[in-house]
Amino acid sequence: MAKHTPLYDAHKQAGAQLVDFAGWDMPLHYGSQIQEHNHVRDAASMFDVSHMGVLEVQGHDATAYLREMLANDVAKLTSVGRALYTCMLNPEGGVIDDLIVYKLNDDWYRIILNAGRREVDMAWLQDHCNAYNVSLTLRTDYCIIAVQGPSAIEKVIATLGESWQDISNLKPFHSLMKNDIQVARTGYTGEDGVEIIVPATQAIDLWQKLHTAGVEPCGLGARDTLRLEAGFNLNGSDMSEVTSPLVSNLAWTVSFADATRQFIGRAALEAEQAAGLSTQLTGLVMKEKGVLRNHQAVFCQGEQVGEITSGSYSPTLGHAIALVRVDKNITGEVTIDRRGKQIPVKIVTPPFVRFGKKIFNEE
Amino acid sequence: MQDNPDDLFYTESHEWISIEDNIATIGITEHAQAQMGELVFVELPDVGDVLDAGNEAGVVESVKTASDFYCPLNGEIVEVNAGLLDNPAMVNEHPYAEGWLYKIKIDKPEQVEDLMSAADYSRIAAD
Repeated sequence: MAKHTPLYDAHKQAGAQLVDFAGWDMPLHYGSQIQEHNHVRDAASMFDVSHMGVLEVQGHDATAYLREMLANDVAKLTSVGRALYTCMLNPEGGVIDDLIVYKLNDDWYRIILNAGRREVDMAWLQDHCNAYNVSLTLRTDYCIIAVQGPSAIEKVIATLGESWQDISNLKPFHSLMKNDIQVARTGYTGEDGVEIIVPATQAIDLWQKLHTAGVEPCGLGARDTLRLEAGFNLNGSDMSEVTSPLVSNLAWTVSFADATRQFIGRAALEAEQAAGLSTQLTGLVMKEKGVLRNHQAVFCQGEQVGEITSGSYSPTLGHAIALVRVDKNITGEVTIDRRGKQIPVKIVTPPFVRFGKKIFNEE
Repeated sequence: MQDNPDDLFYTESHEWISIEDNIATIGITEHAQAQMGELVFVELPDVGDVLDAGNEAGVVESVKTASDFYCPLNGEIVEVNAGLLDNPAMVNEHPYAEGWLYKIKIDKPEQVEDLMSAADYSRIAAD
């Protein structure tokens, strides 16, 4: 039996094509995935991402516990409301999940779990909390609505009211909480915007008010092309339990600064680093017509050197783009195998698009 | 329930065929385009190619998936809808009209009897 978010009826009424996403019936699109994509780049749209888990970690040892469990260091969160992006690793250095962690106070963190990893994450976190004074609570009474696009901030303030004017001054990876509503300047599209964590009882009302303010619903299909243009990894495609952040373009999210902090996976990452990294996650563009697809093989001078981990069509750029895992020193012109033909493509450094504009360097 | 025109023939692989004299015009059905989502790329056969029924004739690609389309009848490609190369979404908008894919000169007219009627096709496309 597929699960539904509290906004399920609103999606159906809006004409959504619903698809199974990690056991949830979620909107793929509401008519046109490409128009929805463009509306985020040009104006502002909203996404129901309530299938993601809202986990609260509370207790006197919350900070110490998360400093062991997460590869980035929550001690960097020096004030209430700040957030960071991190991987949670297994002892082999593989990525169990990638997460955003918000500090709500010194003993209280909120962590957003990927929908497909909720159960795995919860089991892993519970298995490792016995030595700590912490409690873990999955807040299924909350929804998450992401509002993204150049006019997102203005529309959200118009919807939530003047008392929220401060969010126009929020820096990226900072959040504000008022009356049980948390507004964070985070997102997965490469545009300005916020993610709103809101009690489920208020979610339908907020969704409708945002719509009245001109914020259009956007499905998970466009969410995927937006995040790919922005160069953001998708867990399970671009990294997994058998790939480390070091070979997934996520080394920047791992904090080795405190030599005494023995986070899970640290020893494996240090050994991998010392042995030398053999692969890298980077970008591909194809100027030929067609669409790059997950798992297409990448060739350099006739030899396979890697594989596409996320391939799609970029509506903003008008050609195909991909994230690709290839051998360490591969650059420049390579080919992909498409139905038995070698098609020329080029390795570029992601992201591809930021704030509506092409930003990768072709040379 | 979609409207599949009664005067066309259909295949299980979701192509439609319109026959005039010995020329067949071929496209993909309303159901097929809806399942694919918005097309961003169409690969057409070359004029002059000679295909047998069941051969791959080309590919349509949407953001989410790629799908081969098949030649329903033996014959020679006599025309392709080159406008689709720049505007593949025409297949989504008008699958039974401006979104046609290619035309063949029919080699074995008796193969037409193997094609499906609109009524039969509507049953398999009704899922």
